[in-house]
Amino acid sequence: MSEFLQFLFSGLTVGAVYALVALGFTIIYNASGVVNFAQGEFVMLGGMITVFAHAAGLPLPLAALAAIAATAAVGVALNKLAIEPARGAPVVSLIIITIGASIFIRGAAQLIFDKQIHSFPAFSGDDPIHVLGATILTQSLWAIGGAFAVFVGLWLFFTRTILGRAVLATSNNRLAAQLVGINTDFVMTLSFALSAAIGAFAGVLITPITMTSYDVGLGLALKGFAGAMLGGMGNPKGAFAGGLLLGLFEAMTAGYLSSQYKEAAAFVVILAVLFFMPQGLFGSKSTDRV
Amino acid sequence: MRLSSKHLTLIIMAALIVAAPFFFPSGYYFRVGALIFVNALAVTGIVILTGYAGQISLGHAGFAGIGGYACALAPVHWGLPPALAVVLGAAVSAALAYLVGRPILRLKGYYLGVASLGFGILVAMVLNNERELTKGPDGIEVADLGLRGLLKDWGLNLSNGEFWYAFTGLCLVIGAWIALNLFNSPSGRALRALHGSEIAAGTVGIDVARVKLQAFVISAVYASVAGSLTALQNKFVTPDIAGFMHSVEMVTMAVLGGVGSVPGAILGAGILTLLPQVLTVFAEYEQLILGLVMMLVMIFLREGLVPSILRKIRGRGE
Repeated sequence: MSEFLQFLFSGLTVGAVYALVALGFTIIYNASGVVNFAQGEFVMLGGMITVFAHAAGLPLPLAALAAIAATAAVGVALNKLAIEPARGAPVVSLIIITIGASIFIRGAAQLIFDKQIHSFPAFSGDDPIHVLGATILTQSLWAIGGAFAVFVGLWLFFTRTILGRAVLATSNNRLAAQLVGINTDFVMTLSFALSAAIGAFAGVLITPITMTSYDVGLGLALKGFAGAMLGGMGNPKGAFAGGLLLGLFEAMTAGYLSSQYKEAAAFVVILAVLFFMPQGLFGSKSTDRV
Repeated sequence: MRLSSKHLTLIIMAALIVAAPFFFPSGYYFRVGALIFVNALAVTGIVILTGYAGQISLGHAGFAGIGGYACALAPVHWGLPPALAVVLGAAVSAALAYLVGRPILRLKGYYLGVASLGFGILVAMVLNNERELTKGPDGIEVADLGLRGLLKDWGLNLSNGEFWYAFTGLCLVIGAWIALNLFNSPSGRALRALHGSEIAAGTVGIDVARVKLQAFVISAVYASVAGSLTALQNKFVTPDIAGFMHSVEMVTMAVLGGVGSVPGAILGAGILTLLPQVLTVFAEYEQLILGLVMMLVMIFLREGLVPSILRKIRGRGE
């Protein structure tokens, strides 16, 4: 039992990060139809900028805020410089643009920062909490709590605010949204900023546990993507649940089957979902306009 | 006899391959040339899948990995001659492509991209982890193809670089010939029709899922053979051959040159193979520049280099 609980905790911790990455994916996908492979780089930037800002003397909370703001700016730049000029391009071009952006950001991070592995202190000390024979790091609680806070915040934003509804309207039908006076360009920019900020926040939460380096982004992007697929592409609730489930699945694979193949869990999930329920857990059946 | 553009393309290709060595300052360029040809062969497969049929794969390196490791493992474990190992690798790749592609290709959009991505990464993971069989991340030796020795016995004495340059060049011309033939065949027309509109293609009686599956299987065979040739040429293969970045490279090469055209694919393969060779001077900036090139080409030359340039030339001529 204590063993299971231990795997459960570690699964929820990584799952929280995957869930945040998947949410970021979903926001951009809904607003623009772009599958953003640079999503993982936002997580990397969040962690790396915090590390270096903290090392430069900024207190940790301020360094984290600076990192989130800077990453949001990168997200906006990505939209303005690479996605907007390519509007109307085929899916394969957009995928290559975001993969190019992710390689570019990784290359830049490697030059601006370095190739070392970094970390910063946990928010509330390194003493683990003991629960029923298992231990959980306080930082894990921060990560899980942070992910839920973001999810609830987003839900409130999308259902309770005019701006959030404007984003939803744009993702439903861009032209119709324009016709009722929504500034869809602004909505796009906002979505990229929001998504980048969420990614950076995930990076800040997880770095004290998993550490970070310039090349962690790609793996996280693929996992987050798998989570989003599992939940049903384009559905925020699905993305969140899918990310958490994927984390659990990975931790259980590592615990009970083989730690070598824990990384495989995500991709087995992708293939299984596509084979047996292509709409994902929460997705709705899509139809095509002729 | 009027030369069709297909024959013209093939003749120009062959002529360039034969003529280029006269300008090589050193033997090293034979090696670079062979690298370009192998990459171009894999990318020709992507042209069939993405350019003709409009489907995206982000896992074709998985098939290259299967082709490469077939050449490493089959001669040792089953005593197959390396040439037959190439065929075995291609057969396994085709079978796997069929199994993976069959359920997925009924879906639309980027699903194939996602599924193939998962497939490719799983292949890379198996190659990395099954150390007893594959010797893990450090890689494994590959037997000699033996053809160079055979040619020597017949009195044709080529250096290793020259042999591989000629052999991969020949393979590329054959691969391009098949792809160009396919373009104008009924199957090729069906592929291009569903690229235009799957629904329209379906209404004129094309079995959309089956035709897509054919393209996927054919392109997997191209990637597998290219992987085999890489392994045989290097006499060594590592799991990186199946890595995600290799898949991305293939798609980028295809799209860079112009995904609808075989010559474009070859140009794209040439540029992206040469780029790292040139950039070794500033290796630090390699990723930065590669990323930038990918974005700039996709934003400003959406159709890729060859179609965009051809359009410019034709536009000026009018």
